[in-house]
Amino acid sequence: MDDQVQARIGGIVGSNDVVLFMKGTPIFPQCGFSSTAIQILERLGVEFETVDVLRDPEVRAGVKIFSDWPTVPQLYVKGEFVGGSDIMMEMFQSGELEELMTDKAVARAA
Amino acid sequence: MGARADEIERRLVAALAPASLTVIDDSDDHSGHAGHSGEGESHFTVRIVSDAFAGQSRVARSRAVYAALGDLIAPDRVHALVIEAHAPGEA
Repeated sequence: MDDQVQARIGGIVGSNDVVLFMKGTPIFPQCGFSSTAIQILERLGVEFETVDVLRDPEVRAGVKIFSDWPTVPQLYVKGEFVGGSDIMMEMFQSGELEELMTDKAVARAA
Repeated sequence: MGARADEIERRLVAALAPASLTVIDDSDDHSGHAGHSGEGESHFTVRIVSDAFAGQSRVARSRAVYAALGDLIAPDRVHALVIEAHAPGEA
C-alpha cells in the first residue's frame, strides 16, 4: 500500500510543472500556511495544481515520507521539492522563486 | 516560556550548538482553528543561527531542525513550525 501511495504521489509530482500539497483548496485553504503558499503562487502568476491532503489521509501521510519533510504545505516545481511555506516566502521575497519559475520554464497562468 | 518551548530549545541547543536561538510560541494566533490542540503550545517560530548551516540549502537547514526536534514534530505536539535558519554572518 505504501509503495502505491508513493507511486501515486510521484505520478502527481511528475505530471504537473507546479504542484502544491496543501490543506484545503485554493479558494478555501484550511490552514494559514497553505493560504500563504497559494497567495505566493497567485502573485507569481504561474499555473499550478493543488492536492488537498485533508481529503486523502494516505497522501497526507505519504507526502511526508516522499520528500522527508514533516509538514504541509509542500511545493514541487518540475518534479523537485522546493520547500514549505516559510521557504516559499523567503524565496519569493528575495526574487529566487520567480527566478526558479523562469529558469524551469514554468507555464504562466492565462 | 512554556514546557514545550523549553524542550524545543533544549533539543536544538544539543543538536546544532546555535550561536543564537529564539523560540517563539505563536499558539495564541491560531486558537480555535483546526489543529490547535486547545492545550496551549502548538505553533512555534524558531530563529536559529548556527555554524552547522554554513553552505547548506534552505531545505537542508530545515531538515536539520526537524531532525533535531524528532518526535516533538507531531500533530498533537508541535503542529506547526516556522523556521528561520541562518549561518553566522548571513542576514
